Amino acid sequence: MSVGGFLGQLFAIALALVLAPLLTGWVNQCRAWLQNRSAPPLLQPYYMLHKLFRKDVVLARNASPLFRFAPFAVFGCMLLACAIIPSLSTDLPLAPAADTLALVGVFGLARIFISLAAMDVGTAFGSLGGRREMLVGFLAEPALLMVIFTLALISQSTSVATIVETLAHREIVIYPSLAFAGIAFTFVSLAENARVPVDNPATHLELTMIHEAMILEYSGRHLALIEWAASLKLYAYSCLGLALFFPWGIAERDNFLAMIAAAPLLLIKLGIGGCLLAAIETVNAKMRIFRAPEFLGTAFLLAVLGLLVRLLLEVRA
Amino acid sequence: MNAGVPLSAQLINLFAAVILLLAFAMLAQRRVMPLINLFGLQGLVLAGSTLVVAVTTHQAHLYWSAGLTLLLKAMLLPWILHRLVRKLYVKWDVESLVNVPATMLIGIVLVIVAFNVAQPISLLSHTISRGTLGIALATVMLAFLMMITRTKAIPQVVGFLAMENGLFLAATSATYGMPMVVELGIALDVLVGVIILGVFFFQIRDQFDSLDISHMEHLKDG
Amino acid sequence: MDMFVILLAIPLVSGALLTVAGERAWAPHLNIIASAGTFLASALLTVEIIAEGPRFAFGEQFFIDSMNVFFVALTAFVGMTTSIFSGPYMKNEQAHGRLSKPRLRLYKSMYQLFMFTMLVALTTNNLGILWVAMEAATLTTVLLVSLYRTPASLEAAWKYFILCGVGIAQALFGTILLYFAAERVLGETGNALLWTHLVDVKGQLEPAIMALSFVFLLVGYGTKVGLAPLHNWLPDAHAEGPTPVSAVLSGLLLNVALYAILRCKVLADGAIDGDFAGNLMMGFGLLTLLLAAFFLGRQKDIKRMFAYSSIEHMGLITFAFGMGGAVANFAGFLHMTMHSLTKSAIFFAVGHATQKVGTQLMADIRGLIRINPVIGWGLMLGTLAILGMPPFGVFASEFMILTHAMKHHPWATPILLLALGVAFASIFGKVQPMVFGETHAKQLPHAPAITPVFVHLAIVLMLGLYIPPYLTRWFHEAARMLG
Repeated sequence: MSVGGFLGQLFAIALALVLAPLLTGWVNQCRAWLQNRSAPPLLQPYYMLHKLFRKDVVLARNASPLFRFAPFAVFGCMLLACAIIPSLSTDLPLAPAADTLALVGVFGLARIFISLAAMDVGTAFGSLGGRREMLVGFLAEPALLMVIFTLALISQSTSVATIVETLAHREIVIYPSLAFAGIAFTFVSLAENARVPVDNPATHLELTMIHEAMILEYSGRHLALIEWAASLKLYAYSCLGLALFFPWGIAERDNFLAMIAAAPLLLIKLGIGGCLLAAIETVNAKMRIFRAPEFLGTAFLLAVLGLLVRLLLEVRA
Repeated sequence: MNAGVPLSAQLINLFAAVILLLAFAMLAQRRVMPLINLFGLQGLVLAGSTLVVAVTTHQAHLYWSAGLTLLLKAMLLPWILHRLVRKLYVKWDVESLVNVPATMLIGIVLVIVAFNVAQPISLLSHTISRGTLGIALATVMLAFLMMITRTKAIPQVVGFLAMENGLFLAATSATYGMPMVVELGIALDVLVGVIILGVFFFQIRDQFDSLDISHMEHLKDG
Repeated sequence: MDMFVILLAIPLVSGALLTVAGERAWAPHLNIIASAGTFLASALLTVEIIAEGPRFAFGEQFFIDSMNVFFVALTAFVGMTTSIFSGPYMKNEQAHGRLSKPRLRLYKSMYQLFMFTMLVALTTNNLGILWVAMEAATLTTVLLVSLYRTPASLEAAWKYFILCGVGIAQALFGTILLYFAAERVLGETGNALLWTHLVDVKGQLEPAIMALSFVFLLVGYGTKVGLAPLHNWLPDAHAEGPTPVSAVLSGLLLNVALYAILRCKVLADGAIDGDFAGNLMMGFGLLTLLLAAFFLGRQKDIKRMFAYSSIEHMGLITFAFGMGGAVANFAGFLHMTMHSLTKSAIFFAVGHATQKVGTQLMADIRGLIRINPVIGWGLMLGTLAILGMPPFGVFASEFMILTHAMKHHPWATPILLLALGVAFASIFGKVQPMVFGETHAKQLPHAPAITPVFVHLAIVLMLGLYIPPYLTRWFHEAARMLG
């Protein structure tokens, strides 16, 4: 591992840690603008994290060690995911550590931990949220895998770095399959990140909430870690989406300078992506929880269609 | 890889894929008005794909086909259907016999079947957009599925028209157009058919007080 | 003047004329005169074709040879007799208050347009136009079936439209595939759908595409023939539409759809090694025959029952053409003729009978022979004829089909015999009490037109006893063209 690569990896992780809450804040701000509300400050997530880290942790009496461990595990998983996803460069030391399938596994691991922790204390809301989270995950993961298979078919590899490099270097060819996969990926991202129309991150309405129901019992630094992990997840998905479907401008060597050069482009792409996310959340209504399977079923369908279209239309015999 | 695939073929493939996507969207759509809009959109995309074929192959009659498709399938037919729905005060909800995810899964199976059936033929084709034949067949089958699963008259007719769209896609994109006489005849038949059906809707509603076809299950054997 | 142009012009012009002026007093006469004119033109055209051989019309778009001119003549003839029959029949319906004047106008204009579309379908050389004409025939008959506007007739018409719409869409896909195959050989000229050109190059057509194409065409046009399992529309449409419409549906439309399949079969046979198309047709034919035979016994409505009988015969004819070869094709053509004539005669008789009794339920129809001996005997003789009793012509053709099947496809013989036996028992058992039995029914306001019934039956009888040599030659030639 070269020093440059090591530095680059550190830079990518640090950038993720710093940018993730900012992205959340930016989405919130955009959403407030679009909905004609006065927006919270851009740095609000940082203030909240700061506040939460200073507060004491209040634990339920019957909380097991798992409950205390889970926030760290979730945070760790998300950080690892952010480190693997080529946000700035495809040639990072950690990139070969996991391919796309393993990446899905990392997200799945985080989901397991947070659901277990939610059920650990034994409150009604916690187990309700946990169950809903598993339902969403069980439907979203196949769709995500199908998206990945489509991309893997195009690039003949499941490694994220290779996929991104292949896609970035292709000549300008219209892939209908890629469009399908892109839409499916957007659907999955919305569901996985607990956004409207599957979940609403801004509400604590017990009938509909998923993510918020799971973390009701958390407080203090635990809550801070979980909130931060949620931001990291959004960041990870955004970067993954950008890398897979808009891969232009990502550095391909572990050159530290090239990565710094790639950073502003990433910022711009994330900024636009955040705006779009806010727009999607504004124009859509939250759907009933029982419609969520339909929503994710559509995502799965789109991904499968992408795969089929890829096989029929684009593979030349 | 796709090296050297001309832009026109890419565009046709894209349009074909979108048509397939719209076929699925129609299958999933529960309400009448959006269903008609989706149908109009499909007609629009179909016209676009025909236009691309026309530009690529410089066949004059395909320009006419594209124009005809645009006029008939993207504008006139949706307009007629819209008027019908408004005049008939059809209830807005369209229920499906099979639930939507199950229909979707059946749809995916149909697409796979269609692709498999069309695959050997696609390989024989010399046109650059040969893959579209499978998509056309899939669209036909999905429309067929829609006709089977719907209980209301208008969605059934939209399914029928969507089937025609699939056939048209097969005719223009996969084989670069049937002779003009035939296309004109087909278009005329479709138009006349829809007008007749429009008249029919009123009669059905007068007789049954509803456009629900499930009321019409009295004719049975034995 | 070109006889062919006249043939097509008469129904088209008179159809348009009747659309405008169908409520005038002379309109029913115009309907009959136009049909008679069409028949005359077809007869003259037949003479011309027999004398001078096949010919084209309108460039190469239309093609008349000995095979389709036979169908043209048959279609025009049954069209004429049906129009004669429908004159008093429709007046009676009007007197009963079941039809209003505008409906009668619609009926007459649609009837002529229906004839026009069928003649176009029969004579066109372009397989695309064939499809268009078949679809147009569907549309006109949908309006005819729903003429009474009762819930049942609307339901029947809707079923008819949707099922045949689906079927005809399959046929279009088959046509597109055919074009797809032809284009590879003939190039992107306008000729790739012209049958005469296709026949010349049939050996070079891609077998894989042609096989798939034929499957779609068979299923598609087969829906209109009434082949199982897509036959469901047929009994409803026959039972709920006016009787003249049932007569032309059974007697003509089914034939035309079968004709379309035959044209396509010639191409498929040329392209595909082995008997793919024939076997497929035999399979569908047997299935249809068997299914219809067993449904016959369950019917309560007389028109429904005879509709199932039509399905049964179409199955038999499809089977015959599926076997192929000169004898079976000959028998197939003969049976088509016999069935057309007999079945339309039966529907004429049934029409008058139901009008007299005021119901289509067989349980309520009794003692026709007392009410009107002519109708009673007509129905009885027609039934005997359609059941294949000698000396009627149906016997001859069924006998030929059976013997040919025994010789070449012995496995099918028991199935054929079983189906025919079941059909015989079911129909005869039901018609017998209807004709002979106690009744009290009153006279009709307009005397029924009985002549068409007996003209048809007389021809069938004559053909059973003696087939004129020119007709034999004609059938042989048509059978040879099928290969």
